[in-house]
Amino acid sequence: MGRISSWDWEVGRKKVVDSLSPLQDHEWQEEPYVSPDGETLAAIVKVGDGEFSVRTNDEVWESTFEKLWFLRYSPDGRLTALCQQDMEWSLAIDGEPWGDFAEYVWETKFTRDGSSIAAMTKIDNKYSVALNGTPWETVYENANQYALSPDGKRTAAVVQVISLGQADVEGYKKGVFSVAVDGEPWDGRYVNLFTPTFSPDGARVAAQARLTSYDYTIAVDDRPWQKTFQQVWEPVFHPKGAGVAAPVRSGGKWGVALDGQFIWNPRYVQCLGLQYSASGEKLWGVVATGFGKFTVACDNVPWDATFPIVTDLVLSPDGSRAAALTSEYNRNFRIVVDGRVWPGTSDMAWPVVFSPDGANAAAVTEKGGRFHVLVNGKAYEQSFDRAFSPVFSEDGSKVLIRAIENNSCVRIVADVARF
Amino acid sequence: MIEIYTFVSGPLAWIAWSVFVFGSIYRLVSMYNLAKAKDGSSLAYMSLPYSLRSIFHWLVPFGTLGWKSDPLMTIATFAFHICFFLVAIFLGAHVVFWDTAFGISWWSLSDTTGDIISFVVIGACVVFAVRRLALPHVRNVTRAKDWFALLLVAMPFVTGVLAYHQIGPSLLMTILHILSGELLIALIPFTRLSHALFAVFTRSYMGSEFGGVRRVRDW
Amino acid sequence: MSQIADRLIDDPGLAAGVASLTPERIEEVVTRVLKGEAGAKLKAYQETCMRCGLCAQACHYYVSHDSDPSYSPVSKTTETIYELINKKGRVEPSRIYEMAQIAYTECNLCKRCAHYCPIGIDTGYAMSMMRRICYQLDVVPQYIRDTSHSHAATMNQMWVKDDEWIDSLQWQEDEARDEFPNLRIPLDKEGAEIYYSVIGPEPKFRTQLIYQAAAIMHVAGVDFTMPSTPGWDNSDMSMFVGDFENMGRLKRSHFESAQKLRVKKIVMGECGHAFRSIYDMGNRWLGYADMPVPVVHAVEFFWELLTEGRIKIPKKLEGPVTIQDPCNIIRGRGLMDKLREVTSMLCEETVEMVPNREHNYCCCAGGGVINCGPPFKNVRMTGNKAKADQLAATGVHTIVCPCHNCHGGLDDIIGYYELGMHPRFLGDIIYEIMEKPEGM
Ligand code: HEM
Ligand code: HEM
Ligand code: SF4
Ligand code: SF4
Ligand code: SF4
Repeated sequence: MGRISSWDWEVGRKKVVDSLSPLQDHEWQEEPYVSPDGETLAAIVKVGDGEFSVRTNDEVWESTFEKLWFLRYSPDGRLTALCQQDMEWSLAIDGEPWGDFAEYVWETKFTRDGSSIAAMTKIDNKYSVALNGTPWETVYENANQYALSPDGKRTAAVVQVISLGQADVEGYKKGVFSVAVDGEPWDGRYVNLFTPTFSPDGARVAAQARLTSYDYTIAVDDRPWQKTFQQVWEPVFHPKGAGVAAPVRSGGKWGVALDGQFIWNPRYVQCLGLQYSASGEKLWGVVATGFGKFTVACDNVPWDATFPIVTDLVLSPDGSRAAALTSEYNRNFRIVVDGRVWPGTSDMAWPVVFSPDGANAAAVTEKGGRFHVLVNGKAYEQSFDRAFSPVFSEDGSKVLIRAIENNSCVRIVADVARF
Repeated sequence: MIEIYTFVSGPLAWIAWSVFVFGSIYRLVSMYNLAKAKDGSSLAYMSLPYSLRSIFHWLVPFGTLGWKSDPLMTIATFAFHICFFLVAIFLGAHVVFWDTAFGISWWSLSDTTGDIISFVVIGACVVFAVRRLALPHVRNVTRAKDWFALLLVAMPFVTGVLAYHQIGPSLLMTILHILSGELLIALIPFTRLSHALFAVFTRSYMGSEFGGVRRVRDW
Repeated sequence: MSQIADRLIDDPGLAAGVASLTPERIEEVVTRVLKGEAGAKLKAYQETCMRCGLCAQACHYYVSHDSDPSYSPVSKTTETIYELINKKGRVEPSRIYEMAQIAYTECNLCKRCAHYCPIGIDTGYAMSMMRRICYQLDVVPQYIRDTSHSHAATMNQMWVKDDEWIDSLQWQEDEARDEFPNLRIPLDKEGAEIYYSVIGPEPKFRTQLIYQAAAIMHVAGVDFTMPSTPGWDNSDMSMFVGDFENMGRLKRSHFESAQKLRVKKIVMGECGHAFRSIYDMGNRWLGYADMPVPVVHAVEFFWELLTEGRIKIPKKLEGPVTIQDPCNIIRGRGLMDKLREVTSMLCEETVEMVPNREHNYCCCAGGGVINCGPPFKNVRMTGNKAKADQLAATGVHTIVCPCHNCHGGLDDIIGYYELGMHPRFLGDIIYEIMEKPEGM
């Protein structure tokens, strides 16, 4: 039984906060965030001159800060915010700073289960990643695009290991970047590295690598593939260790290579966002079969229908089903599940969530300022002023709706069968 | 001599026209295929209304910045292109030719009108040539290809006029005339004159980009 | 008449690139690009360009250099990409230097010549392809190359590190709170109506523009957000260098950062080339026929705020102004009427330049030319006497100029020709004269 099962799954509706109006003495209250279990609503509040805190339901953190931003719930329910005190920064977790203050802290990331939290850190003008409050021992003149391993034990980032003078183009072309894993840099020097990614067990790291100005490939643990391409996008590890796959461009068309060999021949105008199914049997991605014709492909077989834009590809937990959002000039959003379009369009849509058994899918949409919660294409009877992504119960029979209506925050548990 | 005449005005005319027709089709089809393979991100924006809008505006003398910038050229080129088609299609002698060669006939220009506009075309060609010699910004970019195209176009008119006015050995002139006409027709798809095939598309494309994407006029 | 060979300018980027070229490599790269990337468009242009020279008078370089034929659009294409096509890439390395200098510094890709060419030849496109070849040959002016490197390393133009970006927003927010106690620059606010994006130089050198934009948003009550992560910079020198791969990467990060925040649209600051990169070039490279997220240029956005009365102008700016029509938003996107309406809502009197609107002359900074840096400044100065004459003829002091590049370009021209004029951003003017209710 997981974390989600311990939540209140009794069918019905509960008002979590009666009034979302700022509490007394609060000069202002910023946009609300709802905890994963829907039991708490939080917002940054201004409590005094240059003094900020966080409201949770009708209470307020005891601590105050000069500045607070990036209020986010960790998946395990801890509430975090980047905070400034005496001109120095930290990450406040449930009101308590997580370790020493630094010159700057930003870009909070969580593992899926919320057990680990990481953030970028700058100390004395040097950059590193802090994991659960502890920064790397080795620091760099710049670091970015950092990643947190799925098990929450390791971090990696693209780091600059050689300084460059002003407009030193020749130096740049020789390669000044590397990837640092837990602070330890790879030996290789690259023209550019992008989006380091951990293997599921956290043991290996792959990144997009630019070997010369014109040759791109994937580097895995500092070893570039033999073959280079016109361009590459984010690599993904096969979940069972059978290699690394990435979209690659060759002859002006995109395909997919596994460990440097084509497994999808280059024939797409675009291909990105690869994801493996849990067993690694299926490989999914967003592709464009023609100019302006986007869709989802599984094992190199695109869905029949194409759309001007496809985003937010989501797989069911076992990876046998897929859902994506489609849109047109950022309007007329549609939700497509397994290649079939749910009825109706909306002005905005949020990524689909699948039930743990993959049988049901749900999503939030917004149309004309009203938010709707849809399960398997059918809308919940009531619309809201604001709704957050729904959550399925572990057995998939119920769905938790977290929403704001009439200036109050509500938590609704509904039977999936009702939709 | 008369055999040569029969040959050039009969079989050779068929050959010339075949080369023109099939050559044009080949060029257009292969260009389209190339566009489909390589210019998908341009083809997608082709729009008939914006194409027509652009073509229409460029068909108006002095209707565009380009036409306004060089009035002599504008007059010359309009006169040239219009008169070229009039002569080629509606000249009395040609109408007879169309009839005997292909068995089709239509209205024809009077001999004097035909004569006058033929001189107009020759005059325009002189303007083109003088520009290429006298204007630095034209001379600077003129290459053999451009002279060749001009020569190709001018020859049938010069020889035609000579033949009509019975200057020089008349049958020879006529044969030379027909030959140069056929050469011109056959080479249109393969020289600068291929703009007769492609200009409508380059114009349409520019019209479509400016109308559809850039939302302004392209004239 | 002059020749490119007589006016070569020393540039370390061009020189180093050319030094390591061999004729074989040139031929190989030219063939690869012509076969692999160029298509029917370039082929048709090269073949059907009648060498009629009608385009000459379109170009401010030609006009400014007393009708020197080597500056006409058709001369520039003939001397560069058309020559490579004709010679199948068999040219000497020194010739590539000349071609690169023409392509990178003697054409602004402003497409004014499109209004002059009866065939419909897109000289700007042809020159972009020439730059693409130069880029693949590693022959790129140093400064713009460096900018493009910054784009690849940081996803912004000015080597701004991730924290420096956030820090400058928070700093401007602090500053602005002295004037507007309740002002916020909301970062990463999911579901906001508008995502506001700027270009790299704003957090680096022109933070007051962020201040002013925030003030305008605040007074107008706009539900907006700014991203804390890379993608915030919409500018794109990779596009002008010919590094289309990185252009694609930049635009992807820009659009995806907006999609992730579920905003309805992106509003961008007063920049021309950045606009071109999202409605014209970057989106296409990624395979999008239209922008995945609509991007509204500041001119249009201000127009909306003013016509909807969300911003009030109690008293217009005194004195006459003239309007610089930035090619990338006017000839590129038809905003000339809105620009004039906005200007007339803000300023008492407008004296138009001649020619104007979509027939305007480029400022000569565009197309990345200003980004080629100090070695080529003079190219822009002598290359745009036409603009100086145009400006002087208006007899006004203030130039409404809704484009960063134009600003830089005009500033230089004004200095060089001693015109004593002053270009201003619309946001700067609005901020100065708008009604600012007390205690907001
Ligand atoms: C596109 C190509 C051609 C052009 C531009 C052209 C032009 C002319 C011109 C300008 C004249 C003289 C008219 C005048 O001064 O009144 C003429 C006459 C003539 N053309 Fe053509 N012509 C072409 C092709 C041909 C062809 C293929 C034939 C084939 C039989 C032909 C047969 C004649 C004849 C028979 C005359 C009358 C000559 C005479 O009176 O002896 N033309 N043409
Ligand atoms: C069918 C459609 C045609 C179109 C749309 C067209 C259009 C044009 C245009 C736009 C130009 C460029 C500049 C100028 O106006 O001089 C031009 C030039 C020229 N055209 Fe055409 N044309 C066509 C057919 C022809 C034909 C059939 C011929 C002769 C066989 C021809 C001969 C020429 C010549 C010789 C020039 C060059 C003038 C110079 O030397 O500067 N055109 N044409
Ligand atoms: S106007 Fe067009 S056809 Fe004439 S020379 Fe210029 S680019 Fe070529
Ligand atoms: S600068 Fe402008 S007008 Fe001149 S050639 Fe380039 S695109 Fe044409
Ligand atoms: S800088 Fe301004 S005038 Fe110059 S090309 Fe860009 S938009 Fe045009």
